[in-house]
Amino acid sequence: MNFNYTLVGQLLAFILFVWFCMKYVWPPMMKVLEEREKEISDGLDAASRGKRELEEAQVTKVEVLKEAKNEAAELVNQANQRASQLVEDAKTAAQEEAERIKITAQADLEQNTKRAKEELRSEVAALVVAGTEKILKVEIDQKKNSDLLDEIAKDL
Amino acid sequence: MASKELNSSDYIEHHLQNLTFGKCSDGKWRFADGHLNLKENSAHQEHKEYTCEVKEMGFNAIHVDTMFMSLLLGGVVAFFFWSIAKKATAKKPSKLQNVFEYIFDFVRKQVNDTFEPKNNKIIGPLALTTVSWVLVMNLMDLLPVDLFPWIFNGFQSSTEHGPVHFFKVLPVADINAPVGMALGVAVLIHYYSIRNKGLGGFISELTLQPLGKWAIPFNMLVEIPGFYAKQAALALRLYGNLFAGEMIFILIALLYGSMFDSISGAMWGVLGVFLHLVWAIFHLLIIALQAYVFMILTVVFLNQAHQTEH
Repeated sequence: MNFNYTLVGQLLAFILFVWFCMKYVWPPMMKVLEEREKEISDGLDAASRGKRELEEAQVTKVEVLKEAKNEAAELVNQANQRASQLVEDAKTAAQEEAERIKITAQADLEQNTKRAKEELRSEVAALVVAGTEKILKVEIDQKKNSDLLDEIAKDL
Repeated sequence: MASKELNSSDYIEHHLQNLTFGKCSDGKWRFADGHLNLKENSAHQEHKEYTCEVKEMGFNAIHVDTMFMSLLLGGVVAFFFWSIAKKATAKKPSKLQNVFEYIFDFVRKQVNDTFEPKNNKIIGPLALTTVSWVLVMNLMDLLPVDLFPWIFNGFQSSTEHGPVHFFKVLPVADINAPVGMALGVAVLIHYYSIRNKGLGGFISELTLQPLGKWAIPFNMLVEIPGFYAKQAALALRLYGNLFAGEMIFILIALLYGSMFDSISGAMWGVLGVFLHLVWAIFHLLIIALQAYVFMILTVVFLNQAHQTEH
């Protein structure tokens, strides 16, 4: 138990170390720990914010999906309508065309028939004349016969 | 064995003596006789008209070993803390930083739990310094008592007259170290008491309790010793525990004093090493506990100094 200047020296050393710790050790460590605490709480905030945003996005997603579905259905509908319209139009056009072709064909047919009749008539007339000449073997009055022949031809 | 028994009290005394530098009876400052065998010293000893014993020095002396060890250990710890704190980052702490943060958080939690006033800048660093410094100083107790003297004597026994005759490696087994620290704490206790309670409040706390103003002498008799006993006990608790532990280590060290001399000496030596191990393991608890207790009591006393109501 001999006290001496060591006591003073120890007191000064103690003060020195506490001062050193107060100035160079404690503040930077506190800063680091506070920074980390802040970062963690920020991270947690961000996480909960992200969760909320995710939920919102989920809701939006459902809505957008529904909308898209509706739109698609509408589009399909429109396309279907348009397609049937087109088919209808094409049918009508085809029918009209067919009609027209039929009419033209009939006209041609009639004309051809008429012409054929005409030709046939004239040929038959000539044949009749020739036949008659042969039967009669006589000169007949061309004029009288011609009138007769015309009459026959008319009846043919 | 007989010669060792004769020497054992010398051996114990030898290990309880600090390396002392002080004012000799001729008025000059030098190491006490036999503490350090320098050449000039032996020249002085030839025509010796004065003595230079430790007990003649009184207060005018300094324990070189205590100062050296405590400053070295404190410096190492302070440097360790500083080098970590300087590079500390919040994002990716290094392994060392993790270790230090564990200590740091432990101290901070203890302080926050015990110390009520917030925003006190000194209490945290004070607690950290006391617990870490006291802990490393206490840990010196685990080193064999002869190790450091042996090293300083060029790996020779110090009981022979090597260059350094005395060297105590454990600063806290020197009463000056714990008392020096407790003195620092006591100064702070007085400072905060007076600042927070006023000088009148501080004095009335010591004089007007517990019986009111008609019993001031009695109150003083109760309160003043109580107040100062707490602060003295802070130092004496640490000193007593570590001194006692050191004493046991010295006694154990006696066993392996003649380890290499004879077969029986070697057997005693083996027993000594075993006992040293057992006591060291047990003492480890005291070492950590006393460091912790010193810190907690420091915080508790300073907290009391802040409480305006008793």
